[in-house]
Amino acid sequence: MLKDITLGQYFPGNTPVHRMDPRMKILLTMGYIVILFVAKGILSYLPIMIWLITAVALSRIKPSVILRGVKPLIFVITLTAVLNMFYTPGTELVKIWVITITYQGVYTAFLMVLRIVMLITGTFLLTYTTSPIALTDGIERLMSPLKAIRVPVHELAMMMTIALRFIPTLIEEADKIMNAQKARGADFETGSIIRRAKALIPLLVPLFISAFRRADELAIAMECRCYRGGEGRTRLRQLNYGPVDVYALIFSVLLWGAAIACRSIAI
Amino acid sequence: MEGLTIVNANDVILRAENLSYKYDSASEEDFALQGLNITVRKGEFIAILGHNGSGKSTLAKHFNAILLPAGGKMYVAGMETADENLIYSIRQTVGMVFQNPDNQIVANIVEEDIAFAPENLGVDPAEIRKRVDDALKAVGMYEFKDHAPHMLSGGQKQRIAIAGVIAMMPQCIVLDEPTAMLDPVGRNEVLRTIRLLNREYGITIVLITHHMEEAAICDRVVVMEKGQIATDGTPKEVFAQVEMLKSLGLTVPQTVELIYMLRKEGIDIPLDALSVEECAEAIYNVLKPVGRDNDARYN
Amino acid sequence: MPGIIKTEGLSHVYGKGTPFERKALDNIDLEIERGEFIGLIGHTGSGKSTLIQHLNGLLKPTEGRVLVDGKDIWEDIRKVRDIRFRVGLVFQYPEHQLFEETVYKDIAFGPTNMGLEKSEIEERVYEAAEFVGISREQLFRSPFELSGGQKRRAAIAGVIAMRPDVLILDEPTAGLDPAGREEILARIRDYHAIRNTTVILVTHNMEEIARNASRIIVMEKGRIRMTGTAHDVFSHAEDLRDMGLAVPQITQVFLRLREMGLDVDPSVYTVDQAKRKILKMWRDVHA
Repeated sequence: MLKDITLGQYFPGNTPVHRMDPRMKILLTMGYIVILFVAKGILSYLPIMIWLITAVALSRIKPSVILRGVKPLIFVITLTAVLNMFYTPGTELVKIWVITITYQGVYTAFLMVLRIVMLITGTFLLTYTTSPIALTDGIERLMSPLKAIRVPVHELAMMMTIALRFIPTLIEEADKIMNAQKARGADFETGSIIRRAKALIPLLVPLFISAFRRADELAIAMECRCYRGGEGRTRLRQLNYGPVDVYALIFSVLLWGAAIACRSIAI
Repeated sequence: MEGLTIVNANDVILRAENLSYKYDSASEEDFALQGLNITVRKGEFIAILGHNGSGKSTLAKHFNAILLPAGGKMYVAGMETADENLIYSIRQTVGMVFQNPDNQIVANIVEEDIAFAPENLGVDPAEIRKRVDDALKAVGMYEFKDHAPHMLSGGQKQRIAIAGVIAMMPQCIVLDEPTAMLDPVGRNEVLRTIRLLNREYGITIVLITHHMEEAAICDRVVVMEKGQIATDGTPKEVFAQVEMLKSLGLTVPQTVELIYMLRKEGIDIPLDALSVEECAEAIYNVLKPVGRDNDARYN
Repeated sequence: MPGIIKTEGLSHVYGKGTPFERKALDNIDLEIERGEFIGLIGHTGSGKSTLIQHLNGLLKPTEGRVLVDGKDIWEDIRKVRDIRFRVGLVFQYPEHQLFEETVYKDIAFGPTNMGLEKSEIEERVYEAAEFVGISREQLFRSPFELSGGQKRRAAIAGVIAMRPDVLILDEPTAGLDPAGREEILARIRDYHAIRNTTVILVTHNMEEIARNASRIIVMEKGRIRMTGTAHDVFSHAEDLRDMGLAVPQITQVFLRLREMGLDVDPSVYTVDQAKRKILKMWRDVHA
């Protein structure tokens, strides 16, 4: 059922990773991405891999689930690997026709693939272990200093929350509208791309109109509950850093430091 | 719930004085409300009944300053709605629940949505927690506090909407056709909930509806027609005026209609029997002489 | 002659094989004759929505068959879409599907999909608009300028314009006030009387059904619990009440009178019937 699909999919749990403050998780994920691009050479990648494997193990998310995120990008990954293999200059390993594959090529391709896979799995780990509400909360609090330069942080966070809340509802409505139009002979499946695009009009127009109507009604309901923007708002949920966050930070700094240090060691 | 006790019933919480309103798009003669006067006291459980277009929703929206009077005045707990500075106090005093259960829910998780109003009011986090729990318990949805709203039934969603309003600790709740989109089970859930809120917590309830059975459970029924009040009284007083209600495009409960028709045929049976029980009682009394006779057969 | 619609052993399971597996329809055997006016009633979750979506091929049975005019509609997958022109389905809150620039074009959507000639389409649009009470002038306005009740009637016209042999309406009076409800039901009654289309009315409201349907089908938990005329069904009023269905007030009064010791037949569902029965008893008593 379409209703059950949520963006990035969240798996609830009570592991150390789940219990971390979402702000720390977001910051560490960002640091992780930076480190991945700064790393150079296999020795540099090793500490980062250890970091990733520890994080996955602690989160108790099954590796098969984590790697699921890689599937849609198999094509890009293979292409990158092949291009690197064929076009890196260096000592010849093997020669097929006019294409030369070098040792350096294989090595670089391997590291490239490794980086992409680690990038994807690391980022997905964030969404697997952090609920959408916690994520938007974390992002909102992290961005709050930006209020000083007039960035509408609260409004953006409110928009995100409401959008997330209405996605399943709108999907359900789209389903209903599609069925109603099919009952009058609408055909969403057959025909050329252009034909199928046109066939979407009886779906999209009512859906948009409905979305606007919902927004209108919701805005009034929010005002009736004394909404007036971010001024003076308190929160039910308090975000607090805990010991888990401190350990995670120390752990990350150590391993990533090692990764940077190993950059200079060439193979 | 602390902070909410049954108040002196003589206090007036809503007062409309010669209230008039016209929608922008309407012609000169098309007033949605015309010189309307109404007073609602604290603790009342009142239904505002009327067909679509009678002005009942328009009136409801004046009760918490969604709409401002074009003529006359509207007072909420003594505060005039036209005063911009009082708008948030007014909206905290009179909460509103709408027809579409989905379009009132803001957050992804039930308890977060209930917390929305107290958060807007700058309430202390520990107090928010308490209000959220109390509100959910009052509507009987406490076990659902960690659930996602879109998975709930219509009746449950409306109860969440009500809880979200209670969390502001208002003195009065106005519900604008809250059961229109619900199935019978959902409708009963909502009606039971608001009756409980009125009886046990003393919250003034104003129920806008076109369903007779809903109006029948209230203490007072106000019937509207063309932007004015047609009649105002207890359910029994109002439903006794069968012909008038029919001429307004409304129906009466079947119990009342039956008794009314029997009276027209000359049977002396009291017209104020509204519920199924009362109606059966009244009919039984009229047929009593042969009630217990097991030999006679009637079909 | 076989009924126009027939189901044999129809079952439907949602989410087969997932943890959300749920049997919505359990072995439904149903036969509907041409020209019948059927009332389909049941709780939310009883399977009524699932059932009607099988009748026009929107859902495929997990077991069993659906036959229109004696033919299995799933025999030839390419022909399933055509069934939707013969079995018209109006969903709840149909006004939410309106999308065209003018009411005319929106009503014409169905006939256009049927591949009809322009002149034929025009004839059908005008006919359908008249049935539901939409004026010529309104036809050329945007559907979004109409009132709520008018929008709903325009949406219903969109299905009627296909001239289906069977018209299924899912809670057509939902959200309307008493006058609005009566108006829509009157138009459906007229439509049925004039065109002799088979009509299936799905509703929660027993009073509506009692006054309009020639046959009532009661569903519960994916099965058909009762089927028969209003009189038959209401003579089991206690069972209906136990199923949690909202029995008309009048029926509840008679059930209560029976409990109080009066020997009355509680299969009463209109105020008129009740009045006549009580009058008779009263006259006997005071004779």
